[in-house]
Amino acid sequence: MGKRSNWALPYLIFLILFVALPLILIALYAFRDGNGSFTLSNITKFFTDGDALSTFAVSIEVAVENTLICLLLGYPAAWILANRDLNKSAVTAILFILPMWVNALMRTLATAELFNSLGFTLGKGTLIFGMVYDYLPFMIYPIYNVLQKMDKSYGEAAADLGATPAEVFMKVTLPLSKPGIFSGILMVFMPTVSTFAISEFLTNNKIKLFGTIIQENINSSMWNYGAALSLFMLVIIGLTTILLGGEDREIEGGTL
Amino acid sequence: MKKFFAQAYLWILLILLYSPIAFIAIYSFTEAKAFGNWTGFSTKLYGNLLTGNITGGHGLIQALENTLLIALVSAVASMILGTISAIGIYHLRGRKRKAVQFLNSLPMINPDVITGVSLFLLFVFLGFSQGYLTVILAHISFCTPYVVLSVLPRLGQLNPNIYEAALDLGATPAQALWKVLIPQLRPGMLSGFVLAFTMSLDDFAVTFFTRGTIGLETLSTFIYADARRGGLTPELRPLMTLIFLIILVVLGLLNTRQGKNAAQNHINL
Amino acid sequence: MSGHQNIIIDIEHVSKSFGDNQVLKDISLYIREGEFVTLLGPSGCGKTTLLRMIAGFLEPDEGTISMKWDGKAGNPDFKDVAGIPPHQRPLNTVFQRYALFPHLDVYDNIAFGLKLKKVPKDEIDARVRKVLKLVSMSDYEDRDVESLSGGQQQRVAIARAIVNQPKVLLLDEPLAALDLKMRQDMQIELKEMHQKLGITFIYVTHDQGEALTLSDTIVVMNEGRIQQIGTPTDIYNEPVNSFVADFIGESNILNGTMVRDRRVSFIGHEFDCVDEGFGENSPVDVVIRPEDVIISDKTEGAQFTGRVKSCAFKGVHYEMYVDTDSGNELQIQDYDAFEPGTEVGMSINPDDIQVMRKERTENVVDCEIIDSTHIELFGETFECAPFTPGPDGHYRARFPFSKVELWDHEDEGVTTGEVWFILYKGDHYHLTVRTDSGEYVYVDTDDIWDKGDLVGISIQPGDIIVESQDGQEK
Repeated sequence: MGKRSNWALPYLIFLILFVALPLILIALYAFRDGNGSFTLSNITKFFTDGDALSTFAVSIEVAVENTLICLLLGYPAAWILANRDLNKSAVTAILFILPMWVNALMRTLATAELFNSLGFTLGKGTLIFGMVYDYLPFMIYPIYNVLQKMDKSYGEAAADLGATPAEVFMKVTLPLSKPGIFSGILMVFMPTVSTFAISEFLTNNKIKLFGTIIQENINSSMWNYGAALSLFMLVIIGLTTILLGGEDREIEGGTL
Repeated sequence: MKKFFAQAYLWILLILLYSPIAFIAIYSFTEAKAFGNWTGFSTKLYGNLLTGNITGGHGLIQALENTLLIALVSAVASMILGTISAIGIYHLRGRKRKAVQFLNSLPMINPDVITGVSLFLLFVFLGFSQGYLTVILAHISFCTPYVVLSVLPRLGQLNPNIYEAALDLGATPAQALWKVLIPQLRPGMLSGFVLAFTMSLDDFAVTFFTRGTIGLETLSTFIYADARRGGLTPELRPLMTLIFLIILVVLGLLNTRQGKNAAQNHINL
Repeated sequence: MSGHQNIIIDIEHVSKSFGDNQVLKDISLYIREGEFVTLLGPSGCGKTTLLRMIAGFLEPDEGTISMKWDGKAGNPDFKDVAGIPPHQRPLNTVFQRYALFPHLDVYDNIAFGLKLKKVPKDEIDARVRKVLKLVSMSDYEDRDVESLSGGQQQRVAIARAIVNQPKVLLLDEPLAALDLKMRQDMQIELKEMHQKLGITFIYVTHDQGEALTLSDTIVVMNEGRIQQIGTPTDIYNEPVNSFVADFIGESNILNGTMVRDRRVSFIGHEFDCVDEGFGENSPVDVVIRPEDVIISDKTEGAQFTGRVKSCAFKGVHYEMYVDTDSGNELQIQDYDAFEPGTEVGMSINPDDIQVMRKERTENVVDCEIIDSTHIELFGETFECAPFTPGPDGHYRARFPFSKVELWDHEDEGVTTGEVWFILYKGDHYHLTVRTDSGEYVYVDTDDIWDKGDLVGISIQPGDIIVESQDGQEK
């Protein structure tokens, strides 16, 4: 009798080869120079590289703003979508994820053109709003998922115990939807920091984000420095994930 | 009243979300070369698209073909690998399971750029020449986790004894998989496949880093190169509009079918 | 408002529909202070809907629910609670699957309601400790609710409700998720708690044993209507119809005819009974409890005879199935065993024969006319005996129980339905089938079906009689 747990073995090997090893390689390249010998220069270079540092600061700022706006706009939308009294149609929920099927670059270019034709100068304002367009569905969907699966009787129990609708929301619904909020933040914040191409399109090459710096270095064969920047990025991801509640929480919104 | 405001809020957000797409669709009906210029109504770009007489040559059609080919191959491969692995993971226990699930979640947490750079370094390190194969391997690596996550919950709903029952009745493990497990897992596999296909279709960063220098273009990299050159191929506008319409129709059909089932279930309650 | 001084909740003519499905039909009921009332019925009978209306999660379509309300000056008054949200009603609920807040520990779950009311911290502390003691969970206040067993979660859910000192405690199938042993222990505890607290309990269950053990008053419900209200003894001994008789305890339910007052005929024999006022030769249902059939191996002097078909030991008594000489099957319980195959004599005391008017003698269903040979019934087109459609008006179709045909395959019938309720009538089954349109068809059949079976339903055209309702009324 073939043990079915062995069926995971080929994938485990695949994961080690194509997920774990590449990540290890990032660390490996980050600590080497062009000749393959150990060095810390790539790391120290980052902290003296004014361009990279300021790009990093801008990226974090843009990502924080984008995430906050997505959360503020997206949470009410997710809440309305999941509330059977306010929205009976599942179609509306699908409408929110449909734009994700249109090529992101094309959508971004169209957004930039739209801003252009409306007379807005491309810059930080258009960057943030363009990003919100791109990432809002990623915030709405995990929150909607959690709210929709939430047992309605929690809210009823709170009302039964004397909570007004506002108190039901603050003391029960909101705390219980935390996993969705965290997933949403993770799905918006990280990609925003590391995005490349999108920021250039939305700002007419005026603002670069951290992803662009990485891409530029890799493309100009500065692999080791590119790897060092990527490693830095990975550390940030690790910290954010741990901050938002550890890795045992499954990513919400994976399925449609 | 409350309902009115709620619905109004949703629709305002939707209008904002869809305005860029509407913008593409509107400007697909004019001949102007530059996106955002209106030179009168025309369906010429659609005509160009259908006859293959595209501004700037055959590159766009080639990119479209590449995109579809890569998405199809990666999605099928991911579906097979992901389903078998999900069954394996489901039967793993304790730390082993945690470890595999952690590895499985990495490609989903990692931003595209990191996945792209890391795979680029891998192929450089291993001395792989980059092209179709490396792009497809890269796509499989970030699509399979979604298949695994789609199939795992279905496994949880399954009667744990059906596989043993099939073996008991004389099926080989392969037959039990093919005749008993797969039919039960089909909905999860299908949604995993759709997810993998769309992830691959939409990918830009990973393809960008793993395609090498042989001039392999997908729609995303084609658009990127176009935009860097300053000026999109005008036929992209009708193409994107058509793709969106096709998706709309397919999802509409799927949804009415599900809606019917849901309505029936509701009556049975 | 009502004559009784100690009424706490008064429900008058309440109806409720979800879409086309009417789940409560003209419910009237009052509940007294301190009473333990059980709403009892099979799933889908409307009992939970009624409870949720009392709690305020649903509003009735028609009718009123009034509650005794402490007026501002402290004088109790009656008040229609329509439109009053749950959080303002003077009652608390123990939910079916407890609905304990997973983000709060045991203490914070119980203190939830008190904190909302801004009760001082010392008092919250004291009250939470007190109810934890009452439900014997004193050592668990810091525990995560998800780490508790089902029974422990149940206790916390009760504590969370009663700490608010409600006048009325609503319990929605609170023991359904527990195993048998736990359920029995909790029944005793609930009964004790009710006595200690002295407040009104309204309890919803589908378990007749639970209802008989716990309640002061049982409200038996079926198909959205109240079937009977009474004490457990009343309901067991004097069921008003065959549904109640079958649902509460074990019983033989048989077709019979009232020969005259105090004389009823069934299973081919005439018996003396104590019932009168049914009218001569009217069809009735007769209920005999299994323990009320006196069985002996002497056939002389017995009222009727039969042969034992099976005999099983049930712990205290033996349960036997006996084929009577008239071809009926009776369930009998006795302390003595009679081997299968034995010829036995049986008799029944007049007191133990419960005679009930038949609720219906044939199917009568509203229908729409399509043409002179077709009608719309249960949302499908049925062929029927030719008739002359009159002017516009309301029509109904009549057809006998025994003429409804049921099919294994749903597509063999004209319409489909689900077997909802089964009654064994000694020599045939009387089924209630719920059609997809939400209406009920009653079927007499010799075939064995299971509750929940999905069936095709058809009726031969010649068996359907269509008549005008308006003509009938004039």
